Amino acid sequence: MAALDRVKVLVLGDSGVGKSSLVHLLCHNQVLGNPSWTVGCSVDVRIHDYKEGTPEEKTYYIELWDVGGSVGSATSVKSTRAVFYNLLNGIILVHDLTNKKSSQNLYRWSLEALNRDVAPTGVLVTNGDYDREQFADNQIPLLVIGTKLDQIPEAKRNEVLTRTAFLAEDFNAEEINLDCTNPRYLAAGSSNAVKLSRFFDKVIEKRYFLRDGNQIPGFSERKRFGGGTMKSLHYD
Amino acid sequence: LQILSALSLLQVLFFGFGWLFFMRKLFKDYEVRQYVVQVIFSVTFAFSCTMFELIIFEILGVLNSSSRYFHWKLNLCVILLILVFMVPFYIGYFVVSNIRLLHRQKLLFACVLWLTFMYFFWKLGDPFPILSPKHGILSIEQLISRVGVIGVTLMALLSGFGAVNCPYTYMSYFLRNVTDADILALERRLLQTMDMIVSKKKRIAVAHRTMFQRGEVNNKPTGFWGMIKSVTTSVSGSENLSLIQQEVDALEELSRQLFLETADLHATKERIEYSKTFQGKYFNFLGYFFSIYCVWKIFMATINIVFDRVGKTDPVTRGIEITVNYLGIQFDVKFWSQHISFILVGIIIVSSIRGLLITLTKFFYAISSSKSSNVIVLLLAQIMGMYFVSSVLLIRMSMPLEYRIIITEVLGELQFNFYHRWFDVIFLVSALSSILFLYLAHKQAPEKHMAL
Repeated sequence: MAALDRVKVLVLGDSGVGKSSLVHLLCHNQVLGNPSWTVGCSVDVRIHDYKEGTPEEKTYYIELWDVGGSVGSATSVKSTRAVFYNLLNGIILVHDLTNKKSSQNLYRWSLEALNRDVAPTGVLVTNGDYDREQFADNQIPLLVIGTKLDQIPEAKRNEVLTRTAFLAEDFNAEEINLDCTNPRYLAAGSSNAVKLSRFFDKVIEKRYFLRDGNQIPGFSERKRFGGGTMKSLHYD
Repeated sequence: LQILSALSLLQVLFFGFGWLFFMRKLFKDYEVRQYVVQVIFSVTFAFSCTMFELIIFEILGVLNSSSRYFHWKLNLCVILLILVFMVPFYIGYFVVSNIRLLHRQKLLFACVLWLTFMYFFWKLGDPFPILSPKHGILSIEQLISRVGVIGVTLMALLSGFGAVNCPYTYMSYFLRNVTDADILALERRLLQTMDMIVSKKKRIAVAHRTMFQRGEVNNKPTGFWGMIKSVTTSVSGSENLSLIQQEVDALEELSRQLFLETADLHATKERIEYSKTFQGKYFNFLGYFFSIYCVWKIFMATINIVFDRVGKTDPVTRGIEITVNYLGIQFDVKFWSQHISFILVGIIIVSSIRGLLITLTKFFYAISSSKSSNVIVLLLAQIMGMYFVSSVLLIRMSMPLEYRIIITEVLGELQFNFYHRWFDVIFLVSALSSILFLYLAHKQAPEKHMAL
């Protein structure tokens, strides 16, 4: 069992949005009793069944790295944080539904983490400004989670949910809105749990299955060079 | 009437500046939900700046003295009203709103808190010889004297710490030598620790899952055979788990320490690189000057206390005396004394406002969270108001006699000498303890670094 394969997912967001509570909920299915400031980085592990319910089911470890701090930190703190961004396979962006600034800061958080990861596809950044095309090209799966849903009064809920839907679209990611002090939002079978599961499956796929000599990338490359004839040759 | 409108325009300008500062700098990462807080902060800032503006007017001779006097009194009343009544009340109100239990009767508890504040505020006046007995209970002098004590203490604390910290930060003599290899080694240790934490957490997670799958969720053995089984298997399992959990806790603490040390090393490396640039060298040079100035100030404070002496003349008049008497340069004393004191006072005002705002911002970033941001901003507004009021008190010393009159008139018969003495004492105490503190911090850091 200890020889399970592993996948690394970063959990990013402003201070006080509820990352530690979220990670605790995801890993232990329990509510965190006494949340306190995260100094540095805290890691937790979730055991996930890839392709649950199918014959290809396999269990993986998902390491959730919860990096503390704020986006406007000093450069020295940012360089220290950068050490955790190596070899990452997925990012969960957490924002507070009651605080618009935390949602806006997600753009800067994602740029900070993606800049560090010099993947072959190369996320080109011109001057640090947000550019939607970067995210379309991005190979690392993202998930946007909004917390403190219970603190939004019913009347304002629609407005807030529309705003977060735009946000998730910008990142080309799925979104989940919940309250970290209530496990029922991630109860098995709920739509949130399905989205979460799909996200983790996508992360695992990108990490393990697109490198296995899968035909698909090569196929599209050939398509770029050749034309219809090459395609038919391949099939023959 | 024209002048009145000009004055109000200036006030609106100050208000706008305070508003912008609040939005751009302080509340950069938070959403402003209670606009009251922002308004109060800007209003406090605006009225404090108006006081400084009135001092400048005094020196420059703008308006006639009776209207200046009137404006002084008005401004003072408003500021005292804000500092003693409004801000503490709102602080109490927001503190109470954060506590969920007292949600129902917010106003009542806020009033209770405010009354407690007033009680302690009043009691503050007793141990200090700041009042002559001929004033009534509810006069301006009573309030100002107490506000002055608190403000002067704050000013002296900040000055003392600043006087010592400034040369320490500017001079590169104190920078420890940090190489890239050091940083890499530390980062490697940090990542290794994180890997160890991860592997231990994996074991715990796997154990939990196996227990869950075997149906031993509650881990409570039932029945006779259950108890026998639990003795041999589960007990050792759960003991193992708690042991691993303890190891994980210890490792997590270690990882936090390593993270902080790495951040510290990165910061030091940045400072070393900065000190090699032009700006860095310039600041280094300034640092030497500042350290001499600070040593001189500490020395003067000690002399003032030991010899029980309070300076009688201000630097401007003394400077002019020296140049006229010893250097024999003749010039129009009146004209120059006005201009020089204007420049000097202007510099003091601007640098103290700027210094205070920067310190407050740093403080705010360090300790605020999304819950307490409102309370902390109001506390900062209170501190700022008291600071500015007492700097008016102390600035009196730096101005020539003819300009001092109005401050003496407006603020009533306060024992100004006491405030200067008190400032010197607290300044000395603060400077000496900062030296001690910085010395310990400096000594401790390389030892920790060596121990790796």
